[in-house]
Amino acid sequence: MNIIDRMEKEHMRIDIPQFRSGDTVKVHVKIREGEKERIQIFQGIVIAKRKGGMSSSFTVRKISYGIGVEKIFPLHSPAIEKIEVVERGIVRRSRLYYLRKLRGKAARVKTNRYN
Amino acid sequence: MAIGLIGKKIGMTQVFSGVGKPVPVTVIEAGPCAVIQKKTVEKDGYSALKIGFLEKKPEKLTKPLRGQFNKLNGKAYAVLKELKFDEVDKYEIGDELTVDLFEPGEDVLVTGISKGKGFAGGIKRWGFSRGPMTHGSKFHRAQGSTGMSATPAKVFKGKKMPGHMGSNRVTVKNLEIIDIRDQGNILLIKGAVPGGKNGIITICKK
Repeated sequence: MNIIDRMEKEHMRIDIPQFRSGDTVKVHVKIREGEKERIQIFQGIVIAKRKGGMSSSFTVRKISYGIGVEKIFPLHSPAIEKIEVVERGIVRRSRLYYLRKLRGKAARVKTNRYN
Repeated sequence: MAIGLIGKKIGMTQVFSGVGKPVPVTVIEAGPCAVIQKKTVEKDGYSALKIGFLEKKPEKLTKPLRGQFNKLNGKAYAVLKELKFDEVDKYEIGDELTVDLFEPGEDVLVTGISKGKGFAGGIKRWGFSRGPMTHGSKFHRAQGSTGMSATPAKVFKGKKMPGHMGSNRVTVKNLEIIDIRDQGNILLIKGAVPGGKNGIITICKK
């Protein structure tokens, strides 16, 4: 296992900020269209984080034109330009799948005012 | 088969492609292998290279086994494999084969011994359908009919039945080499390869 651990460490990103479920983040994703490269920002609430070394990922949920959209990003992917933490949320569980059933005002997460 | 290497499966992980997509890879410690014997059409009826992997002290081997390594001045190998190969003249006895044989992006054949599954039923071994588990059903995972009645009055040979599964020699074709790390002779091959961790596998050029 040593070889794999070492290999994964080499490629893991250390520039990613700490964030957890309930936080609102802005994910800057590099998108390639033919030759051109541009950056798209996906902003939403982190509803789950999956740990697993190199294969860690996190799920971001947002409401786009009234429709819930979720995106799963590999945490260490080079396609992620940067992750910005917009707001720290106060939640009591690590997977916020209950947000999927809620709409509007109910689908908010308490935020930390003493940030 | 063409020239190749013997290796040891380390395990699986994922790496990212240029555009940032995760690619599942198997990590293989391949080579260095030594050419131990050249088999030629004139002498042996076919041409092949015998290569060895994982060095071992000659003193640890029995005398008859040690004989194969006489020409290798003091080296012996634990794992030996023969690869059918036409151009044996390209190599000399004692030559070292390393991961330099391969290039990233190349497709290879990977051969290994699959994981043993023991005595397996028809569902696992052949993909038979299962019966209902509840609602009064008494037919759960049995295999069902094995054939007709008075004619032919026998079960045909080759009928798919429960039995030993796995531990077979399996070759997976056209696996792409994603990356080669020279330090430690590491090959990253896309997808899964037969066998468990620390299994001995052969990687051959197409």
